[in-house]
Amino acid sequence: MIARVRAVALVPALSVLLALLVGAVIMILTSPLVTGEFSLVLPLQAYAAMLGGAFGSLDAVVNTLVNATPLVLAGLAVGIGFKGGLFNIGAQGQFLIGALAATTVALALNDASPVVAIPAAVIAGMIGGAAWGFIPGALKAYTGAHEVVVTIMLNFVALAVLSWAVSGPLHGDNVVFSRTNDIEAAALPIIIGRNGHLGILFAAAAVPIASWLLYRSTTGFEIRTTGANPDAARYAGMRPRRVIILTMALSGLFAGLAGTTEILGEVGFLSAGYATDVGFDAIAVALLGRAHPVGILFAALLFGAMQAGAGAMQIQADLPVQMVDVLQAVILLFITADVIVRRVFRVRESAGELVELASVSRSYGGDRAA
Amino acid sequence: MSFPIADNLVLNDYYHAPYSRGLQRNDAAIRTDAERTVEKYDIRTPSAMVSAETLSGGNQQKVIVAREFEGEVKLLVLEQPTRGLDVGSIEFIHRQAVARRDTGVAILLVSAELDEVLELSDRIAVMYRGRIVEILDGRTADKEDVGLLMATGGRGSGIQEPLAEVAS
Repeated sequence: MIARVRAVALVPALSVLLALLVGAVIMILTSPLVTGEFSLVLPLQAYAAMLGGAFGSLDAVVNTLVNATPLVLAGLAVGIGFKGGLFNIGAQGQFLIGALAATTVALALNDASPVVAIPAAVIAGMIGGAAWGFIPGALKAYTGAHEVVVTIMLNFVALAVLSWAVSGPLHGDNVVFSRTNDIEAAALPIIIGRNGHLGILFAAAAVPIASWLLYRSTTGFEIRTTGANPDAARYAGMRPRRVIILTMALSGLFAGLAGTTEILGEVGFLSAGYATDVGFDAIAVALLGRAHPVGILFAALLFGAMQAGAGAMQIQADLPVQMVDVLQAVILLFITADVIVRRVFRVRESAGELVELASVSRSYGGDRAA
Repeated sequence: MSFPIADNLVLNDYYHAPYSRGLQRNDAAIRTDAERTVEKYDIRTPSAMVSAETLSGGNQQKVIVAREFEGEVKLLVLEQPTRGLDVGSIEFIHRQAVARRDTGVAILLVSAELDEVLELSDRIAVMYRGRIVEILDGRTADKEDVGLLMATGGRGSGIQEPLAEVAS
């Protein structure tokens, strides 16, 4: 067990380490712009500030958790897709549609009791996301349309639908900008610190639920078998079309829940210019977490911590917050080009590792449709 | 292949009792039955939970044979069931095949090993050019008969027919 964890987690961990080193080099090279001269200690200051901003106080830790919450949920969405041999780039779109569905129901129930409004809005958000995942799943199952292409396009459609809804039917009463009224009854209560909303618990619960779903349920066995070997799945009497659609819908459900918690817990209203990259960061999270729910949890906490610490880094080390984007991108680069990491640290490939990401590479090529 | 041996063994039966309880897999039952099967079919592995791709080709084949033989079936199609296996395993699979026959399972054996065909079969259908040319009794058939039928589609007239075709 320990050996297995080590085999699977080693390369991601080393990738993060290597990315921090590359980040340090970039900081040193650009340090004249910050301090006026080359500074070798700037990376240390920056990382220390980031660490403090992410874990230095209760509010900092809560901030990390709040940032990690949508990444956990959307990361699980992408990870479930990977397990089923599907590359769901559409977590972003499913996130937005989930947010829109939840907001719609939440606004309709603004005068109701939170006991009614919160579950109703959350369920609506999950259904919205699942529906948005169902579309590329059905298209793939019945026409062979590749889910990567379809989900990317549906991301744009989702954004357009959201803009229309927010500037039209859901437009707020006394607001100038294209945004909805504030969500009241369905707003997730703060359970810890300054902004630690209930969604944190949703994310915490989603990890074991996704684990159970993938590794303990018969449905998960069908998803994993179809992902690992569609021919074997068909031979065993599984219905690949059904499994593909179900996988995408489940994936969308988690992404939709991510959007729901973000709007109900963090933002409090929906606006046409709602800018978020959660759906795309989730792909990096799922890859870094090796598509395993526990791995995704840790990956999301790491990204959440970096985002939470970005502000402190900017204030204390005078580095722009975008440095965190650079770090995330470099981590992603090393994860996908793991040959580099293996060369640098002289790590051999192990069988267990290949499996986890096999579906990622395979989903690009070959005929996988039912 | 990347899945544990145990998962491979339940591939056909994962969705019903005793391997599934409602929505949830019964991992304990899957595991104990897999361990029993690994023992019974002499699959050489440290455990039933290691991934099937780490096994040798012969042992992978034994996993497949075990899965199909252990299932509740009326008809088994065996295509080259012993190819690449060692003598002991071949012997074992032959005995299992006969045992399944004795329980009333119809077995269609397709093999390039004439000795295997002659040893196991009750009836032997010989094909020539995509058609069954003759069905022989397994007890009386001999290698020469079968070989001649395979090569020429008939007996006695021997080698002339194909030669005539080459000539024309």
